[in-house]
Amino acid sequence: MSGLAAMGRRWLRLPTLVRHLVVALVGLGVLLAISEALSEYRNTQLAEIAYTVCAVAGLTLLTGLSGQISLGNGAFMFVGAYTVALLLKHHPFGGITGYQSNWWLVPVLILAVLVAAAVGGLVGVAAARLRGPYLAGITLALAIGLPSLPKYQHLQSQLGGHAGIPISAPAPPGSIDYFRWQAWICLIAMVITLFLLANLASSRVGRAFKAVRDDEISASLAGLPVARIQILAFVVSAAAAGLAGGLFGLISLDAGPDSFPLSLSLGLLAAAVFGGLGSLPGAVYGAILITLLPQWATDLSHQVSLSSKIVNNLPLLVYGAALMLAMLAVPFGLQGLLRRGWHQVRDWRRRDGLAPG
Amino acid sequence: MNFLNDVIYGAANGVIYAAFALALVLIWRSTRIVNFSQGGMLMFTTFIGWELVQRHGVNYWVGLAVAIIAGLLLGAIVERLLVRPVENGPPLNAVIVTLGLLLVLQAVAGMIWGNGLSSYAPRFSLNYYHVGHRVILFSPDYLFIVIAVLVVLVALFVLFQLSPLGLRMRASAFNPEVARLLGVRVGRMLTLGWALAAGVGALAGVLIAGTAPNYMNPNGFDELLILGFTAAVIGGLDSPVGAVVGGVIVGVALQVLDDYVSNDIDPFFIFALLLVILMIRPNGIFARRTVRRV
Repeated sequence: MSGLAAMGRRWLRLPTLVRHLVVALVGLGVLLAISEALSEYRNTQLAEIAYTVCAVAGLTLLTGLSGQISLGNGAFMFVGAYTVALLLKHHPFGGITGYQSNWWLVPVLILAVLVAAAVGGLVGVAAARLRGPYLAGITLALAIGLPSLPKYQHLQSQLGGHAGIPISAPAPPGSIDYFRWQAWICLIAMVITLFLLANLASSRVGRAFKAVRDDEISASLAGLPVARIQILAFVVSAAAAGLAGGLFGLISLDAGPDSFPLSLSLGLLAAAVFGGLGSLPGAVYGAILITLLPQWATDLSHQVSLSSKIVNNLPLLVYGAALMLAMLAVPFGLQGLLRRGWHQVRDWRRRDGLAPG
Repeated sequence: MNFLNDVIYGAANGVIYAAFALALVLIWRSTRIVNFSQGGMLMFTTFIGWELVQRHGVNYWVGLAVAIIAGLLLGAIVERLLVRPVENGPPLNAVIVTLGLLLVLQAVAGMIWGNGLSSYAPRFSLNYYHVGHRVILFSPDYLFIVIAVLVVLVALFVLFQLSPLGLRMRASAFNPEVARLLGVRVGRMLTLGWALAAGVGALAGVLIAGTAPNYMNPNGFDELLILGFTAAVIGGLDSPVGAVVGGVIVGVALQVLDDYVSNDIDPFFIFALLLVILMIRPNGIFARRTVRRV
């Protein structure tokens, strides 16, 4: 017991960067091993969970740490997906029939992140001037407005109109299974995203986010550039959503205007709120929940033979109920509950003299 | 002439956005909450009217009355059960609760009525009036819409400015503590405010559903939500008259953009419009400047 505690203390004394790196590498190893053991279908789900985690993690950082709500992160996913689609369409080697090297994915996804971050910066400039319901309203309009852009008549030839743009799937290297390869791409991207965001959250920038969230006026009196910090938070969350959108495009093999409805953006918010705003582990639970929910609904329908109308709307019902319940009953989300439970257990053990105080 | 027609058609549509904005303003004034579930609430009540009129052959007016009564009840229930617990918390919580309600209402409507498109027949003709050989983009149904919204506006004015009940409601919104000391049942006034707002919203829902075929869909009112929000923001969220002016401005602006730029991307135009308005005056064009509290 005391050996374990000593190890724990030594672990906590390591630099944060090192700790996060160790967790990230071990986590990636475990996830790739899990992927190895799963079926093709489960690997696709794993990929979906992984890119959803990217988007939810960015949102939970924005809303939880810097205190700005965004109902429009689906729009940044839209930007990421279309960037990937356009880059691959005009790819110098393969065009839309497939391409030779998977290394191309790295610059393509980085560009998707950068473009989404730039759009996020623009929205952030507006957002930094807005508070509460005004910010919610403008991001709601963003979620509905931006994905309609490909339908504009003069952009239809470039952006594919209602049909969208097909995306060629990356061919796996060697003998790796196609679906497993997709899951790996998304998992690697997810671990990198979580690693970067975890470091950001525990860095000086993360503290600045929290200072601005808790009290803007004190923060600015303390010399923090409040508007710039708020814009930065938007850029970071848009970048994460852009990566998620790019990966979404690679998995679903197209970028279309109808793939990014309002319910997507609100689903991301539901995931972040359900996991506990500001918590990266919470973002993972939340993303798992909203990805697997439609599947559970379908499975349920096979057992109790519900009509398709009910099944199709079941996930939406759970998102909505999760949002309301989280606010009315579990204000700190799943991660908050776990943390509270853990503290409770620790207190009991302390009282019983089981652990050194 | 073309431009004049844009103004007429845009303003007539704007009157519906104004009614929606009015619903948002009523709730904002009483509880300082923007009701993002308004789009879902009026979608739901409009579906109730549609079910009666289109499926069971009930008279249009009965359908309208039932929709409005359903709206009044829904508004009261929502305020009591969902909004009351978050009313005095951080604004983010109320926003999230109303968004959750929006999703739940859309899901339940989808479960009951499906996610297909259906039409709600208007009471009056949508055929345009003619003046000589010229077409005026205005129809008997739009005349009815304008009159209906004006009647509601006058009724609200009388209620709030001339009746003792309205005075109590204004007192509750203005200073709940003092109103309570003076014997006003503040909680009841807030519930009534939400009920009234949802009733006005229900009217707007039935009115707009008739203006275009295939309007009825659980997600069909999303665009109206941001249109109404934009209109309310122009009016500063606080003023009923501002909401009506805002609605007309939004309607005309959207119609002009449709006509001169493109009619494919209305949602994008609404976003751009809202962005421009909020950048000029982050608290709305007609709002009085307020200092944020430390």
